[in-house]
Amino acid sequence: MSLRAKTAVYGLLCVLALPFLFPTWWMVTSSVKPLSEVFAFPPTLFPSSVSFQAYRDVFTLQPFAQQYFNSMYIALAVTVGTLAVSSLAGYAFARIRFPGANVLFLVILTGLLIPSEVTIVPLFQMFHSWGMIDTHWPLILVPILGAPSVLATFIMRQFFLALPGELEEAARMDGLGRFAIFSRIALPLARPALGAVAIFTFLHSWNLYLEPIVFLSTAEKFTLPQALTQFVDAYGGPMWNVQLSAASLTAIPVLVIFVIAQRQFIEGLAHTGLKG
Amino acid sequence: MTKKPFWTGRRRDHLAGYLFVAPQLLGSIVFVFVPLGLVFWYSLHEWNVLADTFDFVGAQNYQALADDPKLPGVLAATGLFSVGLVALNLSLALLLAVLLNQRLRGTIFFRTVFFSPVVVSLVAWTIVWGFLLQDNGGINGMLGAIGVDGPNWLRGETTAMVSVVVVQVVKNVGLNMVLFLAALQGVPANLYEAAKVDGAGRWRQFRTITVPLISPTILLTMIITVVGSLQIFAQIAVLTQGGPGTSTTVLVYYLYQQAFQFHHFGYGATLSVLLFAIVLVLTVVQWQLRKKWVFHES
Repeated sequence: MSLRAKTAVYGLLCVLALPFLFPTWWMVTSSVKPLSEVFAFPPTLFPSSVSFQAYRDVFTLQPFAQQYFNSMYIALAVTVGTLAVSSLAGYAFARIRFPGANVLFLVILTGLLIPSEVTIVPLFQMFHSWGMIDTHWPLILVPILGAPSVLATFIMRQFFLALPGELEEAARMDGLGRFAIFSRIALPLARPALGAVAIFTFLHSWNLYLEPIVFLSTAEKFTLPQALTQFVDAYGGPMWNVQLSAASLTAIPVLVIFVIAQRQFIEGLAHTGLKG
Repeated sequence: MTKKPFWTGRRRDHLAGYLFVAPQLLGSIVFVFVPLGLVFWYSLHEWNVLADTFDFVGAQNYQALADDPKLPGVLAATGLFSVGLVALNLSLALLLAVLLNQRLRGTIFFRTVFFSPVVVSLVAWTIVWGFLLQDNGGINGMLGAIGVDGPNWLRGETTAMVSVVVVQVVKNVGLNMVLFLAALQGVPANLYEAAKVDGAGRWRQFRTITVPLISPTILLTMIITVVGSLQIFAQIAVLTQGGPGTSTTVLVYYLYQQAFQFHHFGYGATLSVLLFAIVLVLTVVQWQLRKKWVFHES
């Protein structure tokens, strides 16, 4: 490539990178700016002095640590549950011949067309009748067993389909049962697919907003996305510096993990099942 | 002659198959298909939560839907948002993938940058953009510093819609970019060599080699992005609350308002049926397009 073409590509990449990088920079720097500087004109790229008052407010205005824990444990439970359910089903659909397998697979796959936004009204009613409103059960059960895990099952099935069959045959000769073959042979080989499923399942749960605001009503039970919007003043206006501090606390740890493991993140997602 | 045992290896295998798919299947029934049936059932009822009444009203909710003065605006907002999002998302994802597919230093860095918003909590991301897009916020501050008087982004009908689309595209374009990048790396390099020999320019190579060869990925990402665009909620709730007017009130947000803010569960269910119908039709149409448009299937 010529030098001119190279410069053009780099220039374009740098300009395009701005809306991806700037918001995070602005979030973190604004969260430590003194309140008077948050909306200063001209805007300051670097805070003139650093104050962590807003971070202290995050924890005094709401049970933020508890909410952080809620989001974490819900997302982890959903991830573990989804991995179990989807790897079992994906394995069976790819590897076990049983009557009706194709029909059942198609039936489950239609769940992709029925996002939980469509069924939120009856889901609310169902959990209401089970006495599970204002508990975390709907946020755990629906993603693991409902529509969101269908894509995971599909990805796992695609992966197991591509796995060579000889290893399993050998294990069968040794007299291993289906579950042993699945757990001792197939599952360890499926690590890349499990990784990709784990990442997008965790992020999906971590990002949920509609379901928490429909199902939860007490602050101690809130998840992070819901909690972030609750830092408002007496007039309902956002307390920007506190919201930005809470947003930073929510975003930065995941970002750091991502940057450290970006290769596994991106290549795992790219090369697993989601291809056409 | 000994009797054949009932639990033959084959029967055991069948049982294992059913047991393996049982959690997913039962889960789908309880949390997907039963609720879907209930959505249709509820939509035929007038349901007053406060008075605790649940009366069969036939097609009355559907009549109300047809007569709803807000509905055309809601559908227009939904359509505008989806079209804008899908067009901008796919073209930007493809552009970024092509740029990153060049043999250049630093592409890993840029790939990380473009992907990073995907891992940022959606509401956190939206709050930051809401802050940036305030009338006296960061974007207008930057514009002002170079002498441009920026609009009040979230208070104008057009600028609000543009803002919501851009915020969502920047958030998630990294996913499609990565899928496109993987697809691009599967295009054999000798095809480009051959095209070069035939005197085809870069744009022509892109149109006649790249696009047809990655068309299965384009279709797949399009279906995922279209369905995703119809599920948009948090961004609207945090950035605009559907305003100004109903200019950004997309269907899911309207459904939420009707069912959970105004407690019109019957009408909310009717809107759910409409949402389901739209998702279904769009997916089937795109799936049909596959036959005409996708170059080959591996």
